[in-house]
Parts: sequence; C-alpha cells; structure tokens
Amino acid sequence: MAISIDEAVPAPVTDDAPTARRRGGTARRVIEVLLLVIIAVAMLFPVLWMLETSIKENRDVYAVPAKFFNFDFTLDHYKDVFVAQGGGRSDLSGSFLNSVIVAGASTVLATVLGVPAAWAYSRFTLKAKKDQLFFILSTRFMPPVVVVIPIFLMYRELGLIDSKLGLVLIYAAFNVPFTIWMMKGFVDEVPAEYEDAAMLDGYTRLQAFRKFTLPLLVPGIAATAVFALIFSWNEFVFAIFLTSSQEVRTAPPAIAGLIGGTTVDWGLVAASAVVFALPVLVFAYLVRKHLVAGVTLGAVRR
Amino acid sequence: MGTVQARGLRKAFGDVQALDGVDLDVPDGSFFVVLGPSGAGKTTTLRAIAGLEQLDEGSVHLDGRDATADTPAARDLAMVFQSYALYPRRTAYENIASPLRARKASADEISTAVAEVSSLLHIERLLQRRPAQMSGGEQQRVALARALVRRPRAFLMDEPLTNLDLKLRVEMRTELTRIHRSLGGTFVYVTNDQVEALSMADQVAVLREGRVQQVGTPTDVYERPANQWVAGFVGSPRISLLACRAEGDRLVGEQGWSLPRPRWTTAEDGRPLLLGLRAEDVSVETRGTAALPGEVYGLEPLGDRTVVDVKVGSEMLKVKARPTVAGVPGERVEVAVDLDRAHIFDADTGLALSTAGR
Repeated sequence: MAISIDEAVPAPVTDDAPTARRRGGTARRVIEVLLLVIIAVAMLFPVLWMLETSIKENRDVYAVPAKFFNFDFTLDHYKDVFVAQGGGRSDLSGSFLNSVIVAGASTVLATVLGVPAAWAYSRFTLKAKKDQLFFILSTRFMPPVVVVIPIFLMYRELGLIDSKLGLVLIYAAFNVPFTIWMMKGFVDEVPAEYEDAAMLDGYTRLQAFRKFTLPLLVPGIAATAVFALIFSWNEFVFAIFLTSSQEVRTAPPAIAGLIGGTTVDWGLVAASAVVFALPVLVFAYLVRKHLVAGVTLGAVRR
Repeated sequence: MGTVQARGLRKAFGDVQALDGVDLDVPDGSFFVVLGPSGAGKTTTLRAIAGLEQLDEGSVHLDGRDATADTPAARDLAMVFQSYALYPRRTAYENIASPLRARKASADEISTAVAEVSSLLHIERLLQRRPAQMSGGEQQRVALARALVRRPRAFLMDEPLTNLDLKLRVEMRTELTRIHRSLGGTFVYVTNDQVEALSMADQVAVLREGRVQQVGTPTDVYERPANQWVAGFVGSPRISLLACRAEGDRLVGEQGWSLPRPRWTTAEDGRPLLLGLRAEDVSVETRGTAALPGEVYGLEPLGDRTVVDVKVGSEMLKVKARPTVAGVPGERVEVAVDLDRAHIFDADTGLALSTAGR
C-alpha cells in the first residue's frame, strides 16, 4: 500500500510548540545545569583530589575521614619535585627535563617531515595516492602496546634501548602519520593557484611553497604540533619499556615509579602529577582557537 | 616580446582527455583568444603553455625555442588567473612587486615599475590595501597589474573578466584592448564569452573537447565557420540549422520548403545537408526572391531588437527584427532569406561546404 508523503514525513512543528518549550524553559535549564554540575564534579574529582593532596601536609593526606577543607597547607611537595632531599636537583626534575627534550625533539622532527609530505600529497598527482595515504594512516590503527615487543627487539639490535634518541624516533614515527593527515587538510584549504602565480612570478616550486603557502599554514602547523607534543609528552608504554636508567627516563614512568615500595609519598606523587599536567594545559589554552579549528579543519581563510 | 607555439598538446586527467592534439600558433604582438565552452580544455592549454601542467604529449615553443621542459619561471611568461590568485597576506603593492622581487630587481626599479603600471590601471589608491579589502573589480585590476608590471614574452589570461559583473566586464574589455594597443606584447586570452573573443581578438582559436575547431580572425570565425559546431557556438542568437538536400539547382528542405541552390554549394545531389541561417540574414519584414514559409511561434523583445521564433515545419528559425515588429503566435509568415550569407554544412561530418570562394 502506498504511503502518502503526509503519513511518511512527520508534520512540521506547529507554532505553539516553541511557546510550550519556553514555558517549561526554566525548569529545563535547572535540570540541565544540575546534570552538568554532577558530571563535571564526577569527572573533575580526581583532578581536584590530586590538587588537594599536593598541598596537604603528609598527616592530612592519610587522615581518615579525609579532610576536604580544614587541612594544613604546604608547598613542600612541590619543592620535593624539583629539589633532592639533601639539596641539589631531584631525580624527578631530571625526568621532566628528559620529557621536555624528547617531546620537543620528536614534535619538531614529525613536523619537519610531515608538513612537506602533506603538501606533496595535497598538490601532486601520485601513483596510488589514496592507498599510500591509507597505508600511512593504518600505522595508527593499533595501540602502541601491540608493537612494543618487536620494537624492543629491534631497538636492542640497534643499540637504541634506553636512549633519548630511541624515544624521539619512535614518537616521531607515531606523529608523522598524524601530522601528514591533519596537515593535508590544511594544505587542501590553501588554493594551489597561489603557488602557480608565484612560479610564474619567477620563483621555484619550493620557494613558492616556502614564501607563499607556508605562512598561510602556520595556524594549522601550530595546532598539529600541539597534538603531537601532547601525544609525546603523555606517552607511557614505550617510555616504560624502552628506558630504564634515571638519565633517560621521562616523567610518566618516573612518576609511576614513585608508587610502589613500602611507603608511598602521595603528596609527592600528586605534586609531580600536577607539574606534569600543567604544560599540556597551558599549551592547549594557548592554541585553543587553533585546536578547535584543527579538529574541525577548514581553518584557513581563502 | 615573443611568439607562442603549441604542437600536438595531449593531456588526460584520468578518463577525461582534456587536450586531444592542440596546435596553436600565436604570432608576435597579437591578441590571441582561445574560445570554447567550459570543459573544452582552454585553461589546460593555457596552463600547459605556462608550464603548470605536465603534458602527456606535445611541445610548447616560445620564440621558436622548445620550452617544454622549462620551469614556469624560466619561460618568462606572466599570467592572470581566473580567481586572480592574489597573495592574501600581502598588500596590492607587494602583490604587484612580486614578479620583480622574484627576479631580483632593485628597490628603485620596483617602485618605478609599480607606479607606472598602477597609473596605467588607475589603482594608485589601492596599493596599500590587502586583497580582502578590495572589491572583485579592484582585485582584478591588481591581478592584471601584477602581470603587466613586467615585459614578459607573452601575457596569459585565464578568463580574467568572468568573475566581474556585466557593466565592469564591458568596461574592462575596452580597457584591455587599449592596454594591448599601448603596451604591445603578445596576449593569449582564454574565454568562453564569444563577445569578448569577437570584440578583442586579432585571432581566435575555437576549442572543443580538447581539439581546435578553427583558427582565424573574428570575422573568419563568424562569417565563415569551419563547421556546424563553430557556427552554433559563435553568434547570438544561435544560428538556425535546417535539414535539407541539394536537388539540381534547388535546395529542398526536409520540411517541404524549397530555395534556389546557392551557386557556391558543391554538395552532390541527395546528400543530407544543413542550411545554416543567422538571425540577421533572414527577415520577416522584407520580401525577397528566396523565402521560407512558416508561422510565428513566439516573440522575444530584447530592447534594441526583437527575435522572432518562426516555426518552419517542425524546425525552429530565429529571425532578427526591429523592436516594433508585430506578430501573433500562429500567424503565417514568409521568411526572406539572404542566400549569399547562408551557410551549408554536411549533415554527417558537420563540415562547412566550400565556403572558401565567398
């Protein structure tokens, strides 16, 4: 039996519907806010607990029942993150420095390799371009832990175990595909005709890219680099498998290493976790506009 | 100054054969228009000349020298893009100066040349603006200035007026002709607008589906179209084509009419032909020795003239008339035909039949 359009498609919302919605508006708003607050508290509770623990005196950390408000305030835990017991630099501060070096270097490497590759994939006709791009993306399909053993064996042969270079290379390897894919979107948005015009002006193809297209890609590069940086900064699995010595170890395994043994200095764990989380928050805040743009693409104005 | 020659250009994009053996000879100092509908391969031809497109086959010669392997920069050409392609972060001044900077001109040379070309195009007041702060017409002038600031071998223009409104387009047509006359230089100009082609060109090459259909002066292309397709593409309103055959000294229409056979028609008897009549070569207002019987189908008043659609049997004939022409649909009319200006095409091949002697 045939169904008429009127039956098949719901009738358009009639005019009195918005009025009804407005009447119930206040109650609806209250429920919405209430639910959001509950979710926010649940989500942020570990963060709040971490912040609190990091500024509590040790005896308050272990107090039962837990002291939410009337604890004794101290910054000793933060001092302990950077300064060793007997004076001098602490082991943790060394790990933070390693993290900065490894994350920074791998991000620079991934960007330097990935941006020109993205440009090439966007501009040139290549054989089996789609397949190549899919292959590049496929390296990100599996979780890192799947390949950690083969990588470990390869690194042992190459002498890259327990070296910062090893970590830089593996993080860059994970970030290059991501950089290519994200940057290709940005390059696609910049009309190729700017480069054509520049080449007719008398520039070479590379000059045309560097002087005319690259400046337009800066917001995209910033957003992509921050994503790569955050990945490298947070990475835990490779860091704990591939490094062992204090001189090489990055912050995530170093902080994890504080837990265990007979007593755990929760104040120190919390403080180092806060210090560890801060750079990511700051970076994300600095480029928040580009982050949204990067996620949605289409950030470059024509 | 220079000549541009294209020899057997072939280029495919996937399954689409964009260029299918394009030959062009652009003489030194000429205003050469490449005319064709969208998708004919005009832009690809221009980009191939510029060195922006890798050719599958064929060669490009500049000033007689094979430049097929040269980079765009080495070809010493200037191009105006349909989208203008002005550098968004740079002022008009910097945009115009870009070709000179790329070629390492001194600051003095640059400011002199930019001042000169901006006065030629009346854009002095725009020089400190960025593309986003300019109107389409202003951007177009800046794009033109960026090309004209140098004296390259040839200027390539890819539908530069397409994105302008009608009034501006008419203005810029005259302006471009003036610029070509005052600067000299070889212009290769791509357009799908036959009015631009007919009004500006020294020579027109008509392109269709990656093949050159005809090369000649605008008069050649309009008065002596090489084939049925060119006749249909050039001219507005469109040329009317009536199916017929030659029989002795008569031309007999499929729709039953009969006209004296034009002297110059060489077609053998019985061969299927098409009689091409332009709207201005037929009349419902005068009487002539040769006439077609028809009935008025509709009137299309265009202000300065009225186009009368006349039905001849089941075929439609467009007739240009004075704006005051009267007529009601269904009215029977005699259409006087100027047979000296008629075109005859072979219905199978579409080729014009011996129009050379005319």
